[in-house]
Amino acid sequence: MTAPVKKETPPVKPAVTPSDVKTEKKVEIIKKEEKSVTNKIKVGHIHLSGCTGCLVSLADNYLGLVKILDDYADLVYGLTLADVRHIPEMDVALVEGSVCIQDHESVEDIKTTRQKAKVVVAVGGCASYGNITRFARGGQHNQPQHESYLPIGNLIDVDVYIPGCAPTPQLIRNVCVMAYLLLRGTDDQKALATKYLKPLMDLAKRGTTACFCDLMTEVINQGLCMGCGSCAAACPVRAITHEWGKPQGQRDLCIKCGACYSQCPRSFFNFDVMNEFEGIIDLINGALK
Amino acid sequence: MAMELGKYKTCVSARSTDKEIVQKSQDGGIVTQLFAFALEKGIIDGAIVAGVGDRPWKARPFIATTREELLAARGTKYNISPQIAWLKEATRSFGLDKIGIVGVPCQMQAVRKAQLYPTGMRDVPDKIALALGIFCMENFPYKSIQQLVEDHAGQKMQSVKKMEIGKGKFWVYTERGAVVQLPLKITHKYEQPGCHVCLDYVANLADISTGSVGSPDGWSTVFVRTKNGEDIWSKAMAAGCFETKAIEQVKPGLEMVTKLATEKITKNKKTVDERATFGVKKGLRNPYI
Repeated sequence: MTAPVKKETPPVKPAVTPSDVKTEKKVEIIKKEEKSVTNKIKVGHIHLSGCTGCLVSLADNYLGLVKILDDYADLVYGLTLADVRHIPEMDVALVEGSVCIQDHESVEDIKTTRQKAKVVVAVGGCASYGNITRFARGGQHNQPQHESYLPIGNLIDVDVYIPGCAPTPQLIRNVCVMAYLLLRGTDDQKALATKYLKPLMDLAKRGTTACFCDLMTEVINQGLCMGCGSCAAACPVRAITHEWGKPQGQRDLCIKCGACYSQCPRSFFNFDVMNEFEGIIDLINGALK
Repeated sequence: MAMELGKYKTCVSARSTDKEIVQKSQDGGIVTQLFAFALEKGIIDGAIVAGVGDRPWKARPFIATTREELLAARGTKYNISPQIAWLKEATRSFGLDKIGIVGVPCQMQAVRKAQLYPTGMRDVPDKIALALGIFCMENFPYKSIQQLVEDHAGQKMQSVKKMEIGKGKFWVYTERGAVVQLPLKITHKYEQPGCHVCLDYVANLADISTGSVGSPDGWSTVFVRTKNGEDIWSKAMAAGCFETKAIEQVKPGLEMVTKLATEKITKNKKTVDERATFGVKKGLRNPYI
């Protein structure tokens, strides 16, 4: 009954009743948004078995996040943040947490994510390397049988890793800006974003395990360590100290987040990006102003 | 402009005008003077310097927040100080919002990687206020320096007043006035192995980099590289912190710097290449690809 009535009432006369005014305003707002979102990329946050610390890190960009959501990205999926039940098509999926393989829903979610997203980013240690969930043994109320957790790379192909526990707001920010440039930028910007993201893509290809031991096997044993101290600063649980100028890890403290190895200048160091550090820092700061 | 010297805006030969600073500085007192000036003007809240650890001449990172603490860290120690290990802690326990840091070229690389790829450097990237690089051919583990001083030069570590590498020799000066020189042929085998893949001599990624090579005794060669570096350098100059000479007018000048930089980079590039075929159809890891 009501619908036809509404259709018949579009008033040519100036708005008189409050309802007329409301309708007009709504139309205006929708039009505005349509204009500004055309060039945005679609980003989703997929929450698996993680502590939400990665999401908090994303939020810790404060006004930077607001700017990202205003100008560069639409959040099309996210627990509690976007009112969407099923994982939709998107450009970039930011996945937090590992997959509990006894939880049917999680397994389906990560598979769907791979189908629906052009780029899958493992955000944080759990999604990348299992991190603290590696130590799960089950027995937790009220699903005690949930005991096996795998990094998402064990179930799907992952494009980009952001290691660390929690991943830093600044690296998440940098990757968001670069992902936007990769998908929407000029040719030069695309080239820069490709160069920038390559080491993080290589990390994703490298594997799904991380440990302080990586510093031993891939850096010290390989004759590459020069004792700069980056690993000790990066470690979130302060498991790394330096003995005679070389990193020494308390391996029982290591939560396997991957921060130390990826922070090490001798894990990867891309001169083509690093030599441009000043311009890139200006670019990222400028993009978020 | 030769690539070996990196990007720079200006290059001069300089010396601090502060008598107290140059009295015990390695060369022209550039680093101590710049940090002292930046500290006084509030450009930095404190600086990560290489102080003395639990053994004579054993370097360790130290966070200096006063002029006295800066003065105590003057001089080159020629052994590993994991400067970056304190980069995050400086923003935490020490509460620094504007950090000064001095380091060798690989440590400047680590600083820039911490800014561009901060996997474990939460809230650090935006707090680097002044990064000072020092020229470096190679570094030594503490035990190597001990071996050189005690076994080869026959001096006690605690009696050493100054160590220096220059004019093709390793020099040890003692408090009682003894001077021992060792040919670099002897020191080479004690070098830190990780230094042999380093492709940077004059700290290309610092805001300002400095070292003795190229300038007369008691003076330092200074490269001002970034906008930030230029800003601080010009303020320090205006405040009368330094006396300078045009680099073209000093002996041996930039030619010498270029020569040594080219030597180091050529030699180490060869090492990196040779690592690729180190074994039988098996190589060692290359951090640059």
